[in-house]
Amino acid sequence: MEKKSVWKKITSSRETSLVIVLLVLVALISIKNPSFLGMQNILEILKNNSVIMIMALGMLCVLLIGGIDISITSSLAFAGMTVGMLFKNGVIHSTLLGFVIAMAIGAVCGLVTGLIIAKGNVTPIIATMGFMYIYRGFAYLVANSQWAGADALGDFKNFALESYLGLGFLNNVLFIVLICYIVFFVILKWTKFGRNIYAVGSNAEAAQISGINVARVKLSVYTMMGFLAGLCGALAVTIYASAQPNMQQGKEMDVIAACVIGGVSMNGGRGSVGGALLGALILSVIAKALPLVGIDALAQNTVKGFIIIVVIVLNVVTQRMMDKSNLERREM
Amino acid sequence: MRKKVFSVLLCAAMATSMLAGCGDNSEPASNGGTTDDANANNDAAGGSDDADADDAAGGSDDAAGGGAAGKKFALVTKSAGNPYNEKEAEGFEDVINSLGGECIIKHPVAATADAQVSEIQSLISQGVDSICVAANDENALQAALEDAMAAGIKVSCLDSKTNAASRMTFANQAGTTEIGQALMDAVYDIAGGEGEWAILSATSQATNQNAWIEAMKSIMESDSKYANLNLVEVAYGDDEPQKSTDQTQALLSKYPNLKVICAPTTVGIAAAAKVLQDQSSSVKLTGLGLPSEMAAYIGDDDAHSCPYMFLWNPIDVGRLGAYISAALVDGTITGAAGETFTAAGMDNSEYTIVDAGDGGTEVILGAPFKFDPSNIGDWKDVY
Repeated sequence: MEKKSVWKKITSSRETSLVIVLLVLVALISIKNPSFLGMQNILEILKNNSVIMIMALGMLCVLLIGGIDISITSSLAFAGMTVGMLFKNGVIHSTLLGFVIAMAIGAVCGLVTGLIIAKGNVTPIIATMGFMYIYRGFAYLVANSQWAGADALGDFKNFALESYLGLGFLNNVLFIVLICYIVFFVILKWTKFGRNIYAVGSNAEAAQISGINVARVKLSVYTMMGFLAGLCGALAVTIYASAQPNMQQGKEMDVIAACVIGGVSMNGGRGSVGGALLGALILSVIAKALPLVGIDALAQNTVKGFIIIVVIVLNVVTQRMMDKSNLERREM
Repeated sequence: MRKKVFSVLLCAAMATSMLAGCGDNSEPASNGGTTDDANANNDAAGGSDDADADDAAGGSDDAAGGGAAGKKFALVTKSAGNPYNEKEAEGFEDVINSLGGECIIKHPVAATADAQVSEIQSLISQGVDSICVAANDENALQAALEDAMAAGIKVSCLDSKTNAASRMTFANQAGTTEIGQALMDAVYDIAGGEGEWAILSATSQATNQNAWIEAMKSIMESDSKYANLNLVEVAYGDDEPQKSTDQTQALLSKYPNLKVICAPTTVGIAAAAKVLQDQSSSVKLTGLGLPSEMAAYIGDDDAHSCPYMFLWNPIDVGRLGAYISAALVDGTITGAAGETFTAAGMDNSEYTIVDAGDGGTEVILGAPFKFDPSNIGDWKDVY
């Protein structure tokens, strides 16, 4: 009896279909190129996509409350570029301070965006589109036509190579990704704040009536998103050992795509940390595999888009089948 | 009450971001405009396919100089406070002084066409003999420069050109063939004459990169010296660090015998350099890169991923601009394709004016400048 309910729980979970898709993708790629499943390769994939993976968490919350934020890579660039220039000009030397500054800038960017959306009742896509230009502009102003290259970044660039946070076993960057995922899993699953996020996204009016301060939830969610974008700004600078004002431009779409692939609803109220993780992983695997299995360079973007559509359609179809079989069982 | 608190917060946040945004901006603009310059340079290099087209008309062989004494030669750079422009001005001034002319350097306050127009107008009223300009806009200077030419002033461009009607000729820092040749020789040298190599480019549509890659391919095919080099793939990193990293890693795992990656793009070369250096890979790198971005990766030992790379030298661009101005003023050249002039002390003298492909003419500086461990320290702070 116990066994059956666990089985039922697994097959009725939204994430199961995604796990299957991911496994099939990995299996297919490994047949073409056996080195794909090597430890080194997996770590490379995770590290090169950590920025997308972390921002997918913030975007998950934003989508859960029925919003969207397309300014994230701009605040990422603003934060990352500022930190890069501070290192370049010798203003700061401490890696920790670099991260704190980047996260603070990101959080302030997110707070301002959140205020406009929550207090000013501006449509999220319009408000964040405005800030997309504003923060990107700030990044260019801060950069002042310079880049901060590897030589200028000093010790900061070594952060992404070392693993002291992960006690020597896990790369620093991956350790931060892990912590972010644990924190957001706990917040969304077991805290009041997490439940409020789902409540606001499912039915904002009902949430307001039942005593949830909807504006405050929105404000917190956008601030959190900005904070993560700031964190990713610093991470991107240390991972690529380079700060450029056009950093990660256009990647906000990858972050949104990761969430959508992961089954997060664009209408709010539906989605999970596990889904966001799987979505981000599927995107990362696709990006890494395309050049590896020998698809012509010119066709890579087309194939990428095609696979994303197929994955989403597959996911929707399997989910519907699961919902249907769940309902059938309930009827019996 | 709460509304008030929030509006105060909002104002504070905006003010902070503005301050943060402007804070760095108000500092001395140490490197202003350099990335723009690099792009402008690329653009300029794009249209010069017929770099080594020989002169059909045959030109005058008179040496420049002599006639320069007592004449006034002006240079209008892109903007003040830009080390790249300072280096150009340095080269220009050296040559003019050595020829005995009077040198006037004008750095406009802002990197705009407006600022250059007012500088040009004041130079016209000063009655200078020549104006050499690094144009901030291809077309916006036309009226001012035509006025100058009507007043008998010899007008030329360096670094970034105006349209054909606004100039007599143009000192182009790098021709397609020269870049292709330099990169091909670097690949040959680093690979030890044989083996597999790959190209990591920007986007598949990037005009300049495609022209350089084509030049490399045709050089490779035309000379049996390169017969043992095998170009295995042209990968595209879209000038994005993340995608360039993926592409570099894919090249490494797909081609275990790969010896050299050539990245003719500043973003790609930095991303590839980081991947190779972090992995202590035996694969080496060359290409076109910014010294400030690449300083940490350039070295002869195994700990560095890039033995040497190329870009253009702004000092030489300035010197060539000065020789062109001098030759225009003393009548050695008029700016027509096929004419030649000498530039004392420069590697590729004598120079020939060639068709620029935009209806005007240009002079190609020569092979791009090589950055290696011996000089990278001097250049990393320049641009």
